[in-house]
Amino acid sequence: MEHSDSILKTAGLRKTFKVGFWGRSVTALEGLDLDVRQGEVFGFLGPNGAGKTTTIKMLMGLIYPTSGQAWLFGRPIGDQESKARLGFLPESPYFYDYLTGLEFLQFYGHLFGLRGVALGKRIDELLELVGMSHARHLQLRKFSKGMLQRVGIAQALINDPELVVLDEPMSGLDPVGRKEIRDLILRLKESGKTIFFSSHILHDAELLCDRVAIILKGRQVACGRVSELIDEGVAHSVEVVIDGLGPEELARLRQMADRVIVQGSQVLVVLPSRQQVGSVLELIRGARATLVSLTPQKGSLEDLFIREVKNKQPELREAV
Amino acid sequence: MRILSIAVNTFRENLREKLLYNLLFFALLMIGSSILLSRITLGDYHRLILDLGLASINLFGVLIAIFVGIGLVSKEVDRKTIYTIVSKPIPRYEFLLGKYCGLVITLFANTIVMVVGLLIVLQVMDVPITSLVFKSLALIFLELMVITAVAVLFSTFTSATLSAIFTLAVYMIGHLSGDLKEFSKKLDEVSQMVVNAIYYTLPNLERFNLKGHVIHHLDFGMADMALTLAYGLTYAAFLLLLASIVFQRRDFQ
Ligand SMILES: Nc1ncnc2c1ncn2[C@@H]1O[C@H](COP(=O)(O)OP(=O)(O)OP(=O)(O)O)[C@@H](O)[C@H]1O
Ligand SMILES: [Mg+2]
Repeated sequence: MEHSDSILKTAGLRKTFKVGFWGRSVTALEGLDLDVRQGEVFGFLGPNGAGKTTTIKMLMGLIYPTSGQAWLFGRPIGDQESKARLGFLPESPYFYDYLTGLEFLQFYGHLFGLRGVALGKRIDELLELVGMSHARHLQLRKFSKGMLQRVGIAQALINDPELVVLDEPMSGLDPVGRKEIRDLILRLKESGKTIFFSSHILHDAELLCDRVAIILKGRQVACGRVSELIDEGVAHSVEVVIDGLGPEELARLRQMADRVIVQGSQVLVVLPSRQQVGSVLELIRGARATLVSLTPQKGSLEDLFIREVKNKQPELREAV
Repeated sequence: MRILSIAVNTFRENLREKLLYNLLFFALLMIGSSILLSRITLGDYHRLILDLGLASINLFGVLIAIFVGIGLVSKEVDRKTIYTIVSKPIPRYEFLLGKYCGLVITLFANTIVMVVGLLIVLQVMDVPITSLVFKSLALIFLELMVITAVAVLFSTFTSATLSAIFTLAVYMIGHLSGDLKEFSKKLDEVSQMVVNAIYYTLPNLERFNLKGHVIHHLDFGMADMALTLAYGLTYAAFLLLLASIVFQRRDFQ
């Protein structure tokens, strides 16, 4: 059953936490099945509290699964040898803040048995890569959030890992910083690394990922190629802007459209699919109104995400 | 090597602790104050200086061991700095040993400072510095190593505050357990069993106390020394083993 190029795999991974005085059980993750392959950029998506960090912490050996199994490089999690081939950036990273950028990376280098000139060279490369060369002698306590994120990524790459696991690598970064991290991830992919990252910023995932998994309240609701997921069962909506419609036609439009927004003499109509376009055009012609624009909307991961959240929420509530 | 890296980093972290310097300052103050006290004491001031000096080193060493030791592991977990370390190819017990060694290095440095203070006072006051003084100091340090291991053990599963209370309790009972055992002979059987259980599980810290020997010039032979050393080191190793087992099973939430 083991895939030869399977880098990260989970089977029925589950985690419950005991909370409160009475030790009430809270299920954070309910049977997760993932299979991340060699050389992929894999997005692990879900809203706040979905269970992304919980999953990653289990994969990194920080917490133990309640049941189920997981493998990194085909070995059960917690194996020291597979940890040597791994890089990890935790969510909103916390580090020894009294160290300077250089000392910080030296410390992690030492943990991998790197020393001397080789380590110095590696640190120079990494600081360059994440654009932090200027901060090598600055204490981490004086870093901004974005700077911490960058040196955190440098830390994750110190051992030249084959698999890089990033928990929310883009959070807290400005648009320029996010783009830089995106470019960095693509560069890592080019150099043959496998990247697994969690995010709730879907735009980033859409731009980066070969495949994604979406989880919601600890359950996996979708998994696959981004393009397939977006197209799957999605009738592409169409936005039409019309000028000079009468009230009567407006009423008829409202029956056809998902949404109608009136703004002065202009109307914005969102049609659920392309099929309605013909009848709307007829309606415009009949009313002698003007067609201002007609834009087919490409489905996005965000639509899918919101749809899944809406679809699954009542169902999940029942299940609880 | 990895243990050493973590130990060195822990030592550096400890050096940033302000509490450490405050405790050290008070320790030196107390050691120094014996000079003043000896001026107003009639009779055997040698005894007073030695007693007060050794007691100060012991007390402040223990305070440093406890108050720096309790945060050693729990702080790493609370601040989540442990995440990037445990995800590296380092067994958890190595991390724990590294932290322990780091604190032992810190304690050693502090003890050296206090010992230098004491030796200066002894020199100035013309108190003879016998080999017994050094034996006594060595065992004080051994006691610190045991107390640190106790603090680390508690620190792997409870909060810093509770660890401090528990460790302090172990320290006090550890010094009283011999007396308790004597005292319990007058009690009923059940109480005797309880006291015996405490006596045999908690460390008998009075074994590390040579102040009486120093003051009364009683000899403490090399064989006794070796036995006590073996006892202390074994006890500390056992505590660290227990701490490793607890730590290995923990979820870092
Ligand atoms: N230590 C814990 N004790 C109790 N419940 C927990 C614990 N850690 C996480 N949870 C619960 O598990 C669920 C998943 O949390 P998790 O941190 O994995 O979410 P997430 O997907 O990473 O969210 P975010 O996007 O906000 O980071 C949440 O409902 C959370 O309350
Ligand atoms: Mg999270």
